Amino acid sequence: MSATGIGAAVRRKEDHRFITGTGNYTSDITRPGEVRAYFVRSPHAHATIKKVDVKAAEKMPGVVAVLTGADLAGDKIGGLICGWAIFSKDGSPMKAGAHPAIAADKVRCVGDAVAVVLAETLAQARDAAEKVKVDYGTLPSVVDPAKAQAKGAPQVHDVAPNNTIYEWHLGDKAATDAAFASAKHVTKLDIVNNRLVPNAMEPRAAIAEYDQGNDSLTLWNTSQNPHVARLVISAFIGMAPEHKLRVIAPDVGGGFGSKIFIYPEEVVALWASRRVKRPVKWVSDRSEAFLTDAHGRDHVTHAEMAFDASGKITGLRAKTIANLGAYMSTFSSSVPTYLYATLLSGQYAIPSIYCEVDAVYTNTAPVDAYRGAGRPEATFVVERLVEVGAREQGIDPAELRRRNFVKSFPHQTPVIMAYDAGDYNASLTKAMEMADYKNFGKRKADSEKKGKLRGIGFSTYIEACGIAPSQAVGSLGAGVGLWESAEVRVNPTGSVEILTGSHSHGQGHETTFAQLVSERLGVPIETVSVVHGDTDKVQFGMGTYGSRSGAVGMSAIVKALDKVEAKAKKVAGYMMEASADDIEFKNGSFTVKGTDKKVGWGDVTLNAYIAHKFTGGQLEPGLKEGAFYDPTNFTFPAGCHIAEVEIDPDTGKTEIANWVAVDDFGVIINPMIVEGQVHGGIAQGIGQALLEGASYNSDGQLVTGSFMDYTMPRADDLPNFKVGTTVTKCPSNPLGIKGCGEAGAIAAPAALINAITNAVGHEKVPMPASPSAVWKAAQGGMKRAAE
Amino acid sequence: MALEMTGEYELPQKREVVWKALNDPAILEKCIPGCETLEKLSDTEFQATVKLKIGPVSARFKGKVKLEDIDAPNGYKIVGEGEGGVAGFAKGQASVALAAEGAGCKLTYKAEAATGGKIAQLGQRLISGSAKKTADQFFANFVEALADYK
Repeated sequence: MSATGIGAAVRRKEDHRFITGTGNYTSDITRPGEVRAYFVRSPHAHATIKKVDVKAAEKMPGVVAVLTGADLAGDKIGGLICGWAIFSKDGSPMKAGAHPAIAADKVRCVGDAVAVVLAETLAQARDAAEKVKVDYGTLPSVVDPAKAQAKGAPQVHDVAPNNTIYEWHLGDKAATDAAFASAKHVTKLDIVNNRLVPNAMEPRAAIAEYDQGNDSLTLWNTSQNPHVARLVISAFIGMAPEHKLRVIAPDVGGGFGSKIFIYPEEVVALWASRRVKRPVKWVSDRSEAFLTDAHGRDHVTHAEMAFDASGKITGLRAKTIANLGAYMSTFSSSVPTYLYATLLSGQYAIPSIYCEVDAVYTNTAPVDAYRGAGRPEATFVVERLVEVGAREQGIDPAELRRRNFVKSFPHQTPVIMAYDAGDYNASLTKAMEMADYKNFGKRKADSEKKGKLRGIGFSTYIEACGIAPSQAVGSLGAGVGLWESAEVRVNPTGSVEILTGSHSHGQGHETTFAQLVSERLGVPIETVSVVHGDTDKVQFGMGTYGSRSGAVGMSAIVKALDKVEAKAKKVAGYMMEASADDIEFKNGSFTVKGTDKKVGWGDVTLNAYIAHKFTGGQLEPGLKEGAFYDPTNFTFPAGCHIAEVEIDPDTGKTEIANWVAVDDFGVIINPMIVEGQVHGGIAQGIGQALLEGASYNSDGQLVTGSFMDYTMPRADDLPNFKVGTTVTKCPSNPLGIKGCGEAGAIAAPAALINAITNAVGHEKVPMPASPSAVWKAAQGGMKRAAE
Repeated sequence: MALEMTGEYELPQKREVVWKALNDPAILEKCIPGCETLEKLSDTEFQATVKLKIGPVSARFKGKVKLEDIDAPNGYKIVGEGEGGVAGFAKGQASVALAAEGAGCKLTYKAEAATGGKIAQLGQRLISGSAKKTADQFFANFVEALADYK
């Protein structure tokens, strides 16, 4: 391993600009002559729009235009789409309601845009927005997914009767029912997976600029996948032909999934820019972000697990109602289906699984992928069932897991996934050692002496990452392929530019991708730059989410590097008058096998461009290669998290006394970055389990709409994490990488709730397990113990 | 509605006088906290501008106030709804009942209030306190105004 190659804890190259305020975020960009956009948003959760009167607003100082949903429809701008087709049990396609970028007839959630004001300054636009008069006819609203399908519930979209988008299922119902019929023990749980607001540090933003001379549009936006944004905005929304639309996602300050999607505001900015023939800039404020960023989770589930007499799991069945909000966001349909039910086998050999999922509309913000996307919900179901099943049967939870682990690979689950490699016992054993599991009883007794309750909980999670084989996801309804592209441009002086279709918004690609090149070409990482996020520079790419940039994005770079090396060997062959087959390349030097002839990397790259050692008939000049890589399987990161808590039964305060995470991410490029990803993921998972919860009141008002009422995890809520790894190489990509971006958020909630329920002695603890909820649970537990 | 309140006040005036005051726009304008204008549109309908501050959100609400279920001099229902521009909206209603008691009169009310938009998003934690305070302030003002009312 070189000091900057694969496996080295290289400091992140990009951090210098981030921490010195010299990054280039969308809102940092100012275009000459730009106008500012401010949206007039509905204060009602559900209402007809009787009239929008913009006359007074148009007369306000600095106002350039005030545009409405009627104007948008008049210009024939298409609505936003959901790009993953899901079919119901009866074979009928999902029922997607129209999603215009500005509502024209009806608003369906608080925050729905009804007009946009364009003015010389933001203050002028806000002032003018006050003068837009909207006459609403308010309608009753529905916010609770469990009530959305009830008879008489308010109807969000006419095309979806009973607010039901699809009634989907996966698995073998008959076999699963048979397993339950012959079970020795059945564990049953009702689970609410709480709704979360993503809250990336940088709110969304968009700048659109119309070029009259070329009749083309440029969009700078906070996107995790600018190419997909361009494709959708061009092909489906009909804004401009693909070659007349450039999308640039510069530095992006966190996404967590919420910036994958195509949002109304960027569509409106593009359209408005062409209408007023000036650049249009919109920057979300935090209040808008709470209302309009796609939220995460929001499942209501009943789940059951069947066991035989030896504690072997024989079946799992679940019925989930998934809230997709008022409109179907870009990938919303896939999250509670193919990213959820396909992971219900967990790390276990479960012979039969059956899962039903109803997706429903409500008068709330759209719900889509959020760090983990479906897999945290699946892990929570499986790991709660296993832990509770162990308690009910009087078996140690670690032992019950061991009895059921998948032990030979490849392993085909009953829910599509074929696990390729793993060693679940290894991560469990290592985590138990790091957590000093065997002395937990002593620590519990010590806590009891202080009047405190102590609990410990496991989460042996698995996720499907490296998203994803294109043909496989296509057969499941995806509207796109999920390969990745890369181009390696070697300059005459030997420096290297990597153009990637992945997009970094905090993941550290500029460092890890450079480490891969440094390892392969023997060049210092300072001479490698990574270019991403610009559709004019990178030919096409699928972006970053689903822990795919290492497993898929870097594999594409490997393929391109293979081609670069082959070409460079030919150049070196001409330089040393040897056959390319006899050239060996190692540590940045080319040698002729069996001789002392040697040329360096820089000599070869220069010769590739000056082309003095070969003729045009022999070899093309230059050194630049591209590749597309389509994975052969998902990757399956897995591991074991153990949480230990101490609860004050008088206040309900949960203190996390210890947290151990042992993950198998396959080959690790940069352990420091991986550890950072694990820390961040656990923080978000702890946030979900302990602190965060988006709440709408019965009128459909978001009552957790600011940081005053929506609790984000802070440093003092978190313990020092003990992080370890075990390694089984992923056989499905050339680097052996599995991916690490989501693991913490997937594993953590189940571990923490398992620990809290262990401490209070019963299972009725909701998420977030706020002090008041834990206090009630602790009081209930003590009452039960006294009886 | 999202919020419910009740209250009870002993008033020093006779029921008929209190009833008259409750129907007097000048008194209402004086007593509604933050009321900047109150224009009578008909015997039972008024146009009002009220400036309200709830937590970090301060806004001028414009809307209508209607009197319903009038049962002189026993009570009525006062219904209001106001738009505060980008701050959102506030609506509410209060059933007011008057009962003769000795030389004075007892006023009881049962009120409901709801807010929407930014005011609900940011001020939620403070709404019940603000609403209760606004109601208390109204009746405190009303008692004061009644002192020399005839």
